[in-house]
Amino acid sequence: MAKHTLSVLVENHAGVLSRVAGLFSRRGFNIDSLAVGVTEDPNVSRMTIVVDGDDYTVEQVTKQLNKLIDVIKIRQLNPSDSVARELALIKVTANSSTRPEIIQIVDIFRAKIVDVSKNTLTIEMTGVADKIAAFEEMLKQFGIKEMVRTGMIAIERGNQVIKIGSSEESE
Amino acid sequence: MKLTGAEIFVQCLKEQGVDTIFGYPGGAVLNIYDALFKYRNEIRHILTSHEQGAAHAADGYARATGKVGVCLATSGPGATNLVTGIATAYMDSVPIVAFTGQVPTSLLGKDSFQEVDITGITMPITKHNYIVKDVNQLASTIRDAFRIAKEGRPGPVLIDICKDVTSTLGEYQFVPAMPPKEIPMGVTQKKLEEAAEMINKSQQPIILAGGGVGIADACEELLELVEKTSIPVTTTLMGLGGFPGTHPLFTGLVGMHGTKTSNLAVSNCDLFIAIGARFSDRVISNVRKFAPNAQIMHIDIDPAEINKNINVNCPLVGNVKKILGELCKKVEVRKRTEWIDKIQSWQKAYPLKYQKNVRLSPHFIMEKIDELTQGEAIITTEVGQNQLWAAQYYKYTKPRTYLSSGGLGTMGYGLGACIGAQIGQPHKKVFNIAGDGSFRMNCNELATAVEYKLPIIVVILNNHVLGMVRQWQELFYDGRFSSTTIDRGTDFVKLAQAYGAKGIHVTRNDEVEHAIKEALNAEGPVVINCEIDRDEKVFPIVPPGAPIDEIIEE
Repeated sequence: MAKHTLSVLVENHAGVLSRVAGLFSRRGFNIDSLAVGVTEDPNVSRMTIVVDGDDYTVEQVTKQLNKLIDVIKIRQLNPSDSVARELALIKVTANSSTRPEIIQIVDIFRAKIVDVSKNTLTIEMTGVADKIAAFEEMLKQFGIKEMVRTGMIAIERGNQVIKIGSSEESE
Repeated sequence: MKLTGAEIFVQCLKEQGVDTIFGYPGGAVLNIYDALFKYRNEIRHILTSHEQGAAHAADGYARATGKVGVCLATSGPGATNLVTGIATAYMDSVPIVAFTGQVPTSLLGKDSFQEVDITGITMPITKHNYIVKDVNQLASTIRDAFRIAKEGRPGPVLIDICKDVTSTLGEYQFVPAMPPKEIPMGVTQKKLEEAAEMINKSQQPIILAGGGVGIADACEELLELVEKTSIPVTTTLMGLGGFPGTHPLFTGLVGMHGTKTSNLAVSNCDLFIAIGARFSDRVISNVRKFAPNAQIMHIDIDPAEINKNINVNCPLVGNVKKILGELCKKVEVRKRTEWIDKIQSWQKAYPLKYQKNVRLSPHFIMEKIDELTQGEAIITTEVGQNQLWAAQYYKYTKPRTYLSSGGLGTMGYGLGACIGAQIGQPHKKVFNIAGDGSFRMNCNELATAVEYKLPIIVVILNNHVLGMVRQWQELFYDGRFSSTTIDRGTDFVKLAQAYGAKGIHVTRNDEVEHAIKEALNAEGPVVINCEIDRDEKVFPIVPPGAPIDEIIEE
């Protein structure tokens, strides 16, 4: 099934996340990932929701989300016209003999080492889901002790903005 | 001016023109009840037997009047007892505002006495809900809640108020209630012209009128459109009364318990026009075989209903009243003689019918009530066979006269709703058509009807079984009547008398008229216990999952 990215502006209230998450679960929509944080306007949060489903599902998700009082605006992002990123922190087993090889892989993927101990390396990795998956695959041989991901966030390219009131291009 | 939260609560109700609320007191709402005591001459509080009754009464009040119904309960169990009533209102798009008390903010989240997360619980069954933890947010929250409940597609809104908020002083200033926002037509002229063209071209169209027609106050526009275009009209359960049941172009209900005429008309139509309806499974049954030769036009206020359950060729989303009005100007006059002849031949061949030579027939009882009230009563129902017989054998000519839990199918809805409807429409005769099973669920509300001297008439179609489930067991489960016999010897006449109501026992058709007349002339509530046969069934019936023209007629 295809993945669709929705950008959703919501009121920055307590409980909004559970309203959105609850809607997905009770209507049987699958969330691939959901990331949320405040926007340039402190009263407004922006959710990036990656939905797994066909066009029918995305239409339903969008319409049902629109009925939530706390939802201000929804836009489906076109992958070719937007930039999407995810951040992962990966703690991998590393000793003196494996460390150089891991560092090499980190360099190839343009990832970053953010913590080191006698037998671990913690790596910060930013990218699209495919890149993170490839990176994870490369690290598996050393033993991944822990991994945490933010879920995808995305923004449109160029002058396009999603704002309260107007969803058109900014000046 | 500075007022306590409890007084702000009362003032805000007054702003909204609320003069009646249904509720039940408790610890977390003591301050609110104290304020209600002070303002008892301005706001009438109806004390029910149970919070569920209060929620259903607020719902019945709202359905019967078109106003927002208000109910009030304490925290914890008081709040959870409202849940079924709120869910009932949600499924049928009924505007109610439910207030619940909550533990003080300092005790929130600590599993305090009578604490429950009612906003969490009611999230999926409200249009929106709030918890108020700051007295300065209370007034604006209440105003928003009333606006949201009424606006667009109506629905229930819940406000949970922490106890300390009701005792704290906050700033209050009178704000007149906003008139509901005018809903724009929402459809372009071009789109309307396309729709009109579809109607003009159609040889065999049919209209399905849902509950949205009555809610949108679009009954006149619908009638005008129908008379200009000669399109037969079927309704959903919720749509009863949105189109006159006495009209020659009315074909009766559609779907699972639709008339054979309606269902054949849908299966043979070339254009299916749904108005303020949501294509529930009880209407469409088998989605692949529903209106197989038809283009589907869907006129509704809620964009989320378009393409939800069925693919729509021509969606018209917006103000149903305005859309119908405009559409009516654009369509051409048609007689559709051939199609109408066909409909009429079906009506002649497959009328609703029942066994006349039985001792006491539920169908006959409904017809008698229709006759003796000249079709002017408000009928509330419970759920099951009683609900369908009341739908089939009483001719509803006006909206807001058949009040039934169509979406959620709540047994126990009717008595509370009947009380609310009677309070909202004191000059109307209000009947609750019940089964013995449903009646037993919430019969405690008879005490409420007695206390407030409400001249409601409860007609128990008493077959000593859970008739609808039993009917399914007989038709689809080889007659294994698992747990549907409830012959427990309850004497409903004595029960009515114990509550202080009048009780009448009816066992034969020839006693029905006298009993109803006696009830109509009584001062307070009357219970008519009608001993009907346990094998009476609701026909026609479409087996679950079958196409709607594969209908069992008897």
